Amino acid sequence: MGRKLLLKDIDVPGIRSFEVYRKQGGYASVEKALKTMTPDAVMEEVKKSGLRGRGGAGFPTGMKWSFLDRKSDKPRYLICNADESEPGTFKDRYLMEYIPHALIEGMIVSSYALGAKASYIYMRGEFRWIFPILEKAIEEARAAGFIGKNILGTDYSLEVYVHSGAGAYICGEETAQIESLEGKRGNPRNKPPFPAVVGLYNCPTVVNNVESIAAVPPIINIGGDEYAKIGVGKSTGTKLISASGHINKPGVYEIELGLPVEEFLYSDEYCGGIWKGRKLKAVIPGGSSVPILPGDLFLKNAKGEPRVMSYESLADGGFASGSMLGSGGFIVMDETACIVRNLWTFARFYHHESCGQCSPCREGTGWMEKVLHRIETGHGKMSDIDLLVDVAKKIEGNTICPLGDAAAWPVASAIRHFREEFEYHIKYPEKVKD
Amino acid sequence: MLSTAEIHEIEEAIKVVPVKKAACIEALKVVQAHRRWISDESLKDVAEYMKMTAEELDSVATFYNMLFRKPVGRHIILVCDSVSCWVMGYDKLRDQLIQKLGIKYGQTTPDDRFTLLPNCCLGTCDTAPAMMIDDDLYKNVRIDQLDDILKKYS
Ligand SMILES: NC(=O)C1=CN([C@@H]2O[C@H](COP(=O)(O)OP(=O)(O)OC[C@H]3O[C@@H](n4cnc5c(N)ncnc54)[C@H](O)[C@@H]3O)[C@@H](O)[C@H]2O)C=CC1
Ligand SMILES: Cc1cc2nc3c(=O)[nH]c(=O)nc-3n(C[C@H](O)[C@H](O)[C@H](O)COP(=O)(O)O)c2cc1C
Ligand code: SF4
Ligand code: FES
Repeated sequence: MGRKLLLKDIDVPGIRSFEVYRKQGGYASVEKALKTMTPDAVMEEVKKSGLRGRGGAGFPTGMKWSFLDRKSDKPRYLICNADESEPGTFKDRYLMEYIPHALIEGMIVSSYALGAKASYIYMRGEFRWIFPILEKAIEEARAAGFIGKNILGTDYSLEVYVHSGAGAYICGEETAQIESLEGKRGNPRNKPPFPAVVGLYNCPTVVNNVESIAAVPPIINIGGDEYAKIGVGKSTGTKLISASGHINKPGVYEIELGLPVEEFLYSDEYCGGIWKGRKLKAVIPGGSSVPILPGDLFLKNAKGEPRVMSYESLADGGFASGSMLGSGGFIVMDETACIVRNLWTFARFYHHESCGQCSPCREGTGWMEKVLHRIETGHGKMSDIDLLVDVAKKIEGNTICPLGDAAAWPVASAIRHFREEFEYHIKYPEKVKD
Repeated sequence: MLSTAEIHEIEEAIKVVPVKKAACIEALKVVQAHRRWISDESLKDVAEYMKMTAEELDSVATFYNMLFRKPVGRHIILVCDSVSCWVMGYDKLRDQLIQKLGIKYGQTTPDDRFTLLPNCCLGTCDTAPAMMIDDDLYKNVRIDQLDDILKKYS
């Protein structure tokens, strides 16, 4: 059994309430941080922990915090990115729904470290049933003196607001999210400047994923060094994985980074193997925007070494034979899954969600959708396959935000690893027609 | 004309933002909650209240999937059409809904009861296929449950 930090109390009855959460030792990190540590000392612990952003990019959280412009006399903000819309990713929703105080506690400690007096949780609009859960958690924390004026009698004061989005995947991108909070269209901004310098209302702002923020209390409780001992290399700590698709036990699992992928996929403690006794075909290990891997390349890298669940190991081989840990959206496909059709669903999704600012993304995703649909329905030409590769190449690296890349990578990787399946669709249209 | 109740709710939203305009999406949500959708008329009223031009506000409104600029039914059905739901049999669910309601995506039943829309991942992929009706999330939806589910909404 791996060590659990985020979900250790998930099975305790009533853990959603402040009372039970507190009895289990909740909010200890707020007491420790506010009463015995300076904000910089809190940041130091997070740096030492090696925690990397759990939203997908894996950028070191402590380092990001240290980039926050502390010289400016403008207010500083913390935004919790709870827009989770990456297909195949549902860990943030799970955490907020079942153990909401873990996030609220993290918000308080993180806001204290950053010197933020107002913090926002930007939650996607579809999570309507979670809104009251978070509001209630905030009210309970306030009633107990953990939010509001002079928290625990210290001179630190904080307000936490929950903001719900209005339906736009791109608002998960941090600068689009800032625009949306300001009441605008969610069009991503050019980076740099990073939000840490110019963010919400042009003030220094840190945007962090739900899981990154929820990881802060355990780090403060056990200490950054102790946290860094969990995991492997630069992939420290525990990570929530959202597992779905053709497996026996879909769900959210907290793993120690470094867990062998084979154990994660096949052991009964986690995914429990492929359903219906079928064979593994492919895995998308980090949410819909990372490259897809055929089963054998997922279990072992191109050198034949077994992979583990870590940022480095899943990326081993680059885009030729590797993928990414991303947001931990672990999607499994058995031997019956049709790669072309799944790819088409991705392409349609990205085309729909492109904000339209950059023409390679706007036009390219449209082309990919059209061509893939053609192939999927048995109207494709052989030259379409290279056309797809070509369009993907033209998008990659030529856009303001990585949505374009996220649309291009799955296409490029699927053709690289499953070209014969595309060819089959084109050669035998009568067999694939709807 | 905005109602007193609407103005009251919009004012609440304005209270928590540093500049009035920042509450414009919230203001649109308020109006939608009261009137189901945002007509040109309502849009103009909100714009005026928020001290924005109607064009400026419309460009915000049309950006977001959950702000309806066209009439919708009493209940909104969102069907997840992302990867895990596809992998787990989304197409059968979609086809059944389309057949039972007699409408296509984007349409509203003639009795104004349901509007049917596709939606990106609803964040419950471990219980795919999934759909939402208004505020209710339905997981592991089986075709044979559909009649009972739909019955709950009049
Ligand atoms: N969780 C989800 O639902 C989704 C997650 N993603 C993930 O998002 C990732 C891309 O996110 P981005 O924010 O565009 O990546 P990024 O690499 O630009 O930034 C990552 C974080 O580090 C910060 N950062 C990077 N360099 C910095 C510097 N020099 N100074 C200050 N701060 C700095 C950024 O502000 C940001 O918060 C993808 O890898 C993908 O996995 C994508 C779609 C959905
Ligand atoms: C198209 C797109 C969508 C994104 N969606 C999310 C999201 O839903 N949740 C999230 O935490 N990060 C998302 N990100 C990443 C954020 O831009 C940002 O890197 C992250 O919130 C930083 O938090 P972290 O450092 O704690 O991971 C998205 C990025 C892109 C390009
Ligand atoms: S890459 Fe796509 S989503 Fe991102 S800013 Fe450009 S057009 Fe918008
Ligand atoms: S893919 Fe349907 S809920 Fe996530």
